[in-house]
Amino acid sequence: MPSANETIQELANQEYKYGFVTDIESDAIPRGLNEEVVRTISARKNEPNFLLEWRLRAYRHWLTMKEPAWHNVHYPPIDYQDIIYYAAPKSGKDGPKSLDEVDPELLQTYEKLGISLQEQERLSGVAVDAVFDSVSVATTFREKLAELGIIFCSFSEAVQNHPELVKQYLGSVVPYTDNFFATLNSAVFSDGSFCYIPKGVRCPMELSTYFRINAKDTGQFERTLIIADDDSYVSYLEGCTAPRRDENQLHAAVVELVALDRAQIKYSTVQNWYPGDKEGKGGIYNFVTKRGKCRGADSKISWTQVETGSSITWKYPSCLLQGDRSIGEFYSVAVTNNFQQADTGTKMIHIGRDTRSTIVSKGISAGHGQNTYRGAVKILKGAAGARNYSQCDSMLMGDACGAHTFPYIEVKNSTAQMEHEASTSKIGEDQIFYCKQRGIEAEDAVSMIVNGFCKEVFRELPMEFAVEARKLLGVSLEGSVG
Amino acid sequence: MLKIEDLHVEVEGKPILKGVNLEVASGEVHAIMGPNGSGKSTLAQVLAGRESFEVTRGRVFYGDRDLLDMEPEERACEGVFMAFQYPVEIPGVSNVYFLKAAMNAIRKHRGEEELDAMEFMKVVREKIKLVNLDQSFISRSVNEGFSGGEKKRNEIFQMAVLDPILAILDETDSGLDIDALKTVADGVNALRRPDRAIVVITHYQRLLNYIVPDRVHVLSGGEIVKSGDKDLALELEARGYGWIEAQVAVTPAERHP
Repeated sequence: MPSANETIQELANQEYKYGFVTDIESDAIPRGLNEEVVRTISARKNEPNFLLEWRLRAYRHWLTMKEPAWHNVHYPPIDYQDIIYYAAPKSGKDGPKSLDEVDPELLQTYEKLGISLQEQERLSGVAVDAVFDSVSVATTFREKLAELGIIFCSFSEAVQNHPELVKQYLGSVVPYTDNFFATLNSAVFSDGSFCYIPKGVRCPMELSTYFRINAKDTGQFERTLIIADDDSYVSYLEGCTAPRRDENQLHAAVVELVALDRAQIKYSTVQNWYPGDKEGKGGIYNFVTKRGKCRGADSKISWTQVETGSSITWKYPSCLLQGDRSIGEFYSVAVTNNFQQADTGTKMIHIGRDTRSTIVSKGISAGHGQNTYRGAVKILKGAAGARNYSQCDSMLMGDACGAHTFPYIEVKNSTAQMEHEASTSKIGEDQIFYCKQRGIEAEDAVSMIVNGFCKEVFRELPMEFAVEARKLLGVSLEGSVG
Repeated sequence: MLKIEDLHVEVEGKPILKGVNLEVASGEVHAIMGPNGSGKSTLAQVLAGRESFEVTRGRVFYGDRDLLDMEPEERACEGVFMAFQYPVEIPGVSNVYFLKAAMNAIRKHRGEEELDAMEFMKVVREKIKLVNLDQSFISRSVNEGFSGGEKKRNEIFQMAVLDPILAILDETDSGLDIDALKTVADGVNALRRPDRAIVVITHYQRLLNYIVPDRVHVLSGGEIVKSGDKDLALELEARGYGWIEAQVAVTPAERHP
């Protein structure tokens, strides 16, 4: 329901001097997908021809593909002809007029997460004044970034203002033929984020979609592209700890990262989409393709994710370690409660010499949740001296949930060093009783024990995000221990 | 302060305690001894509020409150502390974080402000000396990778920080070598106070050389079969539990000649 907010931000943006192209079409195109729809999306967004062609190639390829079935998640068939692939922001009239009209349960959660009133309004889509703090904060940030030559804008803006960069890098990590959902995204993606860090620049702040003007709901087919040029550094935050509801059930995003020589990208995600209710009704299907390419020598890409939302999570943030001595990291916490399902993990493809990768995955299952870690480590022939360390820990709460681990390892160079550790533990009655005997209530005890379990991942998150993530975990698992 | 009346407890339908009576006053140290399987640990767990035990008869008063009616965390907040026989590990949660959460839960229950971090650290640094643990244990994960002796000392350290009114030490001496035993005993002795009661549960008498009890009770077959002063423990040590069991066995005959 962030539709009111979209409109406000769109309106607010028009007054800014950075030359936004704000598209406030009021009509949606009809349901369903065909070549005409793809052309319409591209036309509405006034895209250059190369992009339309790219979308069309993706669409045609998608027609030849089958939805994957290898994953360990179950859902009723999706009718791809029953989706509206392009809808302009809705008018503020549809949103709640004040917080009084917002679901009290949602407000309670906001309260527990310590989200300010103003932010609560933004998140729940209340029609607020068009002038509010975050806009001016965002402007200040943009000015500062521009001074350093950093480009940070919506994907649509990038297409208009920096088409050469888009053309050069779009699909260079996740080709349009990659997989069913990524290919669909390539054909119909609506918007997303674009970021370019020039040579030698260390981005002085955590970049967050939250601070990006236009950072409203970018729809169900989001596309993000981040390029870190030689010797640059950027830390990027995606998502928000506050629960977000969305009428679109299917989300198929694509994120591409490119790190050139000695560049570093740190990408942190907190995903808390609507997980469905306690009976497992509703909730988002989050089918995401995220991949980073360490193209340059000595480059580094680090993924950190905290996944607590969505009814189904299907994502494998991966690294292609092409440059010699490049480094890939994956730190993940995935929580499934009630009837949530997660099939998540990573791929580390070692191509260059002396490349290194680290995988730390923490899966937590409660209620009837099903949590799958799926990871692949490939050491290609040329990757002499490659090293990987993997650690997959699962924690179970209650006896109706499940944890599954599918590690794939493929080594084609005998000089590689591989380490794999795995553990499964049950959050013990003994642990909870121990805490209670010290005066700590069961729910606080669970939250404490789980946070301890996830410590290695949380310490990879930027400070503020880590604090929020910790609270979020507690809220997500509320009521999971009797 | 603690009054146990005719306490009967079952585990999965099997009777373990069959009518325990016990009274402990403030300032006293009572030792409960008994052979394996006599129900010593069950008694400790029931007092702490473990849910897997079913009280089928009897009452327990803590001050003037019905202890069995209180949740485990409420008991803790009201000053009941149990040193565990097998302290659990909580990976990734530091001792200091754990203790702070406990301390603040207790203070909140009492309607007091949370202790500020500096002040809390001062208390913690002071108290850990009591059990001769290195300061580094403050920031290590709760019991993770601790030796048996370190775990037991950590329990007494927690007791010192949380400042209970009634402390139950469940086989705190088991698995300790003589030096660790002394350290633990010294720690406990330092915590003896006129307004605090301590119940020491143990299999062996040797701990009672260092923590000298006011009263000694022998638990056998789910009942307290003999009570006495500290000399009872010595007599037990000399004669073994068989002596008590033999006495108990003949008692009914003596009663009904």
